[in-house]
Amino acid sequence: MAFINGIGLISPQKTAETTDFLQEVMEYDADYLKCIEPASYKPYIDPIQSRRMSRLIKMGIASAKMCLNEAGCTMPDAIITGTGLGSVEDTEKILGTIHLDQPFLNPTPFMQSTYNTISSQIAIQLKCHNYNSTYVHRTFSFESSIQDALLQIAEGTGRNILAGGIDEMTLNHLNITRRPGHWKMSPVKNLEMLTWDSPGALAGEGASYFLLSAERSETTYAQLLSVKTIYKPANPGIIERHLQDLVTASGLDIKDISLVILGINGDNRNDGFYRDFSSSLFPDTPVAFYKQLCGEYHTSTGFALWLAANILKRQSVPSVIRLDQIPCDLPHNVLIYNQYYNVNHSLMLVTRDAKRDIRHKS
Amino acid sequence: MPQKVYITGMGIISSIGNDVGSTFNSLLEEKCGIGRITLLETNLKDKLPLAEVKMTTRELLDHAGVSGRKNLTRTTLLGMIAAREAIRSAGIENISECLTGLISATTVGGMDRSENFYKEFLADPKKGRLIDIVNHDCGDSTERIADYTGIMDYMTTISTACSSSANSIMFGAQLIKAGFLDRVIAGGTDSVTKFTLNGFNTLMILDKESCRPFDENRQGLSLGEGAAFVVLESEASVMARSKTVLATLSGYGNANDAYHQTASSPEGTGAFLAMQAALKLSGLRPEEIGYVNVHGTGTQNNDLSEGIALKKIFEGKIPPFSSTKTYTGHTLGAAGAVEAVISILAMQHGILFPNLRFETPMKELNISPITRVTKGIEIRHVLSNSFGFGGNNSTLILSRS
Repeated sequence: MAFINGIGLISPQKTAETTDFLQEVMEYDADYLKCIEPASYKPYIDPIQSRRMSRLIKMGIASAKMCLNEAGCTMPDAIITGTGLGSVEDTEKILGTIHLDQPFLNPTPFMQSTYNTISSQIAIQLKCHNYNSTYVHRTFSFESSIQDALLQIAEGTGRNILAGGIDEMTLNHLNITRRPGHWKMSPVKNLEMLTWDSPGALAGEGASYFLLSAERSETTYAQLLSVKTIYKPANPGIIERHLQDLVTASGLDIKDISLVILGINGDNRNDGFYRDFSSSLFPDTPVAFYKQLCGEYHTSTGFALWLAANILKRQSVPSVIRLDQIPCDLPHNVLIYNQYYNVNHSLMLVTRDAKRDIRHKS
Repeated sequence: MPQKVYITGMGIISSIGNDVGSTFNSLLEEKCGIGRITLLETNLKDKLPLAEVKMTTRELLDHAGVSGRKNLTRTTLLGMIAAREAIRSAGIENISECLTGLISATTVGGMDRSENFYKEFLADPKKGRLIDIVNHDCGDSTERIADYTGIMDYMTTISTACSSSANSIMFGAQLIKAGFLDRVIAGGTDSVTKFTLNGFNTLMILDKESCRPFDENRQGLSLGEGAAFVVLESEASVMARSKTVLATLSGYGNANDAYHQTASSPEGTGAFLAMQAALKLSGLRPEEIGYVNVHGTGTQNNDLSEGIALKKIFEGKIPPFSSTKTYTGHTLGAAGAVEAVISILAMQHGILFPNLRFETPMKELNISPITRVTKGIEIRHVLSNSFGFGGNNSTLILSRS
């Protein structure tokens, strides 16, 4: 268990430099959803340094700093990043010249293509010598970084952990991954996701960091109770069993869940899992979805956790994410369920920090 | 009393052997795996040496017993072979008898095939065989190793450059200590690719001859490939199987140099902090360490920085040390696990393996590694360093049980 005491999120929504919570929803008619980057990186990175940095590195450092600033933390006890693909832009730059086998003159893309660059650049910026790691396991990447952070807090090896998830999309990468059928083949309107009924998802990207702490603070959003990753479940019963374990371990029951956020991504070969999941386990519970706002990417659950944390803090559920009409006036426990090709399933349980509310009222 | 973590099995494949036995023989016979490139298709073939696993990818498919599986990358195959050996050597017959996880590590993932895809794709976006690109990401190799070995309960992949698999062993141990898992197969795998060879070449840190770590006249590192995995188990899990223990993982530390993306700090800050954290956790005094398997890449920067940190942590009295990258080359994401296996062999057999090709101490430090095979040494504790780009520095301490 950890308190979420700060969040930085750069996403295709206006999340980077605002305290608004989806007051204005971004509508796209696009091949993929692209992040709205900060107007300037200057508040976060020395311009001389940022000139050499690729986009993903800049988004990573900026979102990490937004998170730390919000939480008022200058030196986290650990920096942990999850990324499915690291800097695609740098990797492509190298691959574009590699077949010539000529030494390319600029070593920067190679240095930045290394998956741990974001975690280590944050460490360099903060001069943070503490624990530093990077997880690179598809849609387990963000979850693994959160699991590591929760482990450090539980074992007492760290009290304030910066953990996040970050991935980018490029046109080249979109075109390549369109071929095996991952994505829609032409532009789509993101807010019409539920009407598509065709194969292929809407691709996206995002950079999210969370300050997970052993103690609550003035800036606490919510409590992150637990995270579970499930690999290739043989049947839906296995997911149900893991869900039961997850809620029981937190002293809860499945019926205590007040909102379920699903990873529906608009691929009709994929979304049936979610419908079966919610209709069998949560027939009377309010259900939401989020990838119409950020698109599908390996670390999209970072966006979902941002949603859950804000919903719990503000006690309000934006209508744009709702799948049904069931009232959800006082959300208390939020469950996030995501799955990727029925291979990588993950569950995250977040709860309202009730003590914080009481303190603020008094 | 903190929960102990034991190592009950290990597996390795590298340029000096396809398993633990042949690796041990090569170490004893001072047989170096670095040499002329024979397998990787590259124009740098006669310009730079590599420590290649001496089997074609097709031969690796056969060796792993998966001949028909045309979609597997070289990185995956190396990992499968090493993980299989680790599980067998631990005497595990039923992988799912207790909660078992797989923590793998890699820096290139399926790049050995995706780099070929790009050549055709860039010429024509409709071209390029999809089978060469779908296994590109790092998690792919881990999932295939998991499927091959039957591990279902937990898995993830770490990529912290050259310290990746030291961190996978460290994270595995933490998951066991926290009671999250009973048993973890932890390690890493990397194949040599044009991507890494050209990348390191651009940084101008590759030796045109075989590397000479800690030598005054060192010219850079030699890249290698390989995979290694160890089986980590909780005390309860070891007792339940009444299994002989190979070693105890008594300490680990992870620190960041926070200095530069590819260079180490002149004071070796991150290296010192990682060793300090590992020693603290182990409860050992520096003088109790019998051997140090150094990171020792052979670059000007690493060896000086690491040497300074060693002098500082051991207060001038550095235990016998060597870089076994002089045998295996720098196996990147696999290096931490490769060197953990070699460290365990050193303790098991009471043998110090040398830092090959060492002649002249660095003038700044005047410290000399072990230069020949030295037998009959009682080694109770080994400290093994793995330092990476991005200042990701990790140290493991392994003890005889």
